[in-house]
Amino acid sequence: MNQIDKNLLETVASLHEIPEGAYNIRKDGKSEARNSTAAIQITPKEGVDGIEIHIAPETREQSVHIPVILAKSGIQETVENDFYVGENSDVLIVAGCGIHNSGSDDSAHSGVHTFYIGKGAHVKYVEKHYGEGEGTGSRIMNPKTVVYLEEGASMEMDMTQIRGIDSTNRETTIHVGAGAEVVLTERLLTHGMQKAESRVDIFLDGADSTARILSRSVGQDQSEQIFFPCMTGNEKCFGHVQCDSIIMGDARISSIPAIRANCVDAQLIHEAAIGKIAGDQLLKLMTLGLTEEEAEEHILNGFLK
Amino acid sequence: MLKIENLQYSVAQEGKTTGILRGIDLNVEQNHFMVITGPNGGGKTTLAKCIMGLAEPTGGSIVWNGHGLTHLSITERARLGVRYGFQQPPRFKGITVRDLLTVAAGKDLSHSEECALLTQVGLCAKDYLNREVDTSLSGGELKRIEIATVLAGKASLMIFDEPEAGIDLWSFTRLTETFGKLRDRRNATILIISHQERILSMADTILMVSDGKITGRGTPEEILPQITGETVCFCKALDGNAEGGAKV
Repeated sequence: MNQIDKNLLETVASLHEIPEGAYNIRKDGKSEARNSTAAIQITPKEGVDGIEIHIAPETREQSVHIPVILAKSGIQETVENDFYVGENSDVLIVAGCGIHNSGSDDSAHSGVHTFYIGKGAHVKYVEKHYGEGEGTGSRIMNPKTVVYLEEGASMEMDMTQIRGIDSTNRETTIHVGAGAEVVLTERLLTHGMQKAESRVDIFLDGADSTARILSRSVGQDQSEQIFFPCMTGNEKCFGHVQCDSIIMGDARISSIPAIRANCVDAQLIHEAAIGKIAGDQLLKLMTLGLTEEEAEEHILNGFLK
Repeated sequence: MLKIENLQYSVAQEGKTTGILRGIDLNVEQNHFMVITGPNGGGKTTLAKCIMGLAEPTGGSIVWNGHGLTHLSITERARLGVRYGFQQPPRFKGITVRDLLTVAAGKDLSHSEECALLTQVGLCAKDYLNREVDTSLSGGELKRIEIATVLAGKASLMIFDEPEAGIDLWSFTRLTETFGKLRDRRNATILIISHQERILSMADTILMVSDGKITGRGTPEEILPQITGETVCFCKALDGNAEGGAKV
């Protein structure tokens, strides 16, 4: 692994070295390294590119790292990864994809992640997307995430894409069972001519299910963003959608939250706001000794933290 | 020493020029504790903002410790030790109280330093350091954090614009104690815009600003009796109704 690979791994998966526990590191279309543990088995899928991750019931305080890096220009791939999380497990899953494109061909990664989360299990899922490289080829990522939460299961999803991805089309679908809970936090920063579209569909199918979506985004330069968070309550449930965007330069942002209730006991709320950085925020930080540029950076870093 | 000469600030509205500051001349000695008061709309906040660089004067000059401030940016003034506490501080999504204090101090603070800063404004560090400075804070909490950011900067010139506004009575007592300690330490020049008699009575000097001009200057003993003899807006009609109970 060279320095570029190491930098990508550190950025998308906070990995400085080969992680402990279960992992699968994929580089330029092939598995670079893989490790299963007694409780977490990683095996290649048959017929398609991708892996299956089986986490035994009652597995606790363990992690799975499955970073993907594309360092060769022009690679285009679709990978299907399925996660089977056993009952009453409590695990951390770190995914993420980094593209370094120094050539003129487009590099594209389409990851399809499907999670089957057993009764009472808890998953923290961290996904970072990042792109770099001086080439003229585009860096493209189209992640698709599908989650099935069984009774009493819960999932925290932190999905981040800060700079570097020219085009992204993100689709997330989550089915929440009885007493189950999902909290999805999405952070996005686009710049230059980048385009990002994100669609999140959450179906609150079980009684007393709960879902929260918190989306924070910053659109700079001439970039474009479109958000379609949609929450559907099919049972007695609680759902909250909050979308906040900071718009800068000539960026364009559309935020189209939707809530749909198919049950009289569904309680659903949405809030959406788009605005530029408030002048008094910049002035306040400047009175503390920051330059205008430093103040702006500080505000954006806090907002996307 | 703060030296202000013939400071002017005017705005053009519907083809007419209105003078907000109309020739302010002011010298404030090093480590002096001055409270600026006067009727609403008289120019106090504009004067304070001109010193910090938040408003650009249309004439005159401001010199702080030999540095001409008049044409410096806000950032440059802050780095020269000038700090300003906003009357209505902004809120920030995602930025915590700790982040803001760190920026204000220009360095990472130890836990005991963070604690000391928040205690001075009547807040418990344990409850507040990791809170975001967003809409979850009440107006009074936000105001106290604002004052803590000014204190964190270890400034040589601190300006507070109505620090008491929005603060409950209990915290106000703590706040006046804090200002008393700042005054007694004598290591910074302090300008406070205030309408509160308890803060006015702590001043070395009270400055009266009205209609864009300095209309009085003296010790609390000299100025307070004058203030309590005048009305809210110097309006003759109100004078008749509000005799004796007037305040500035």
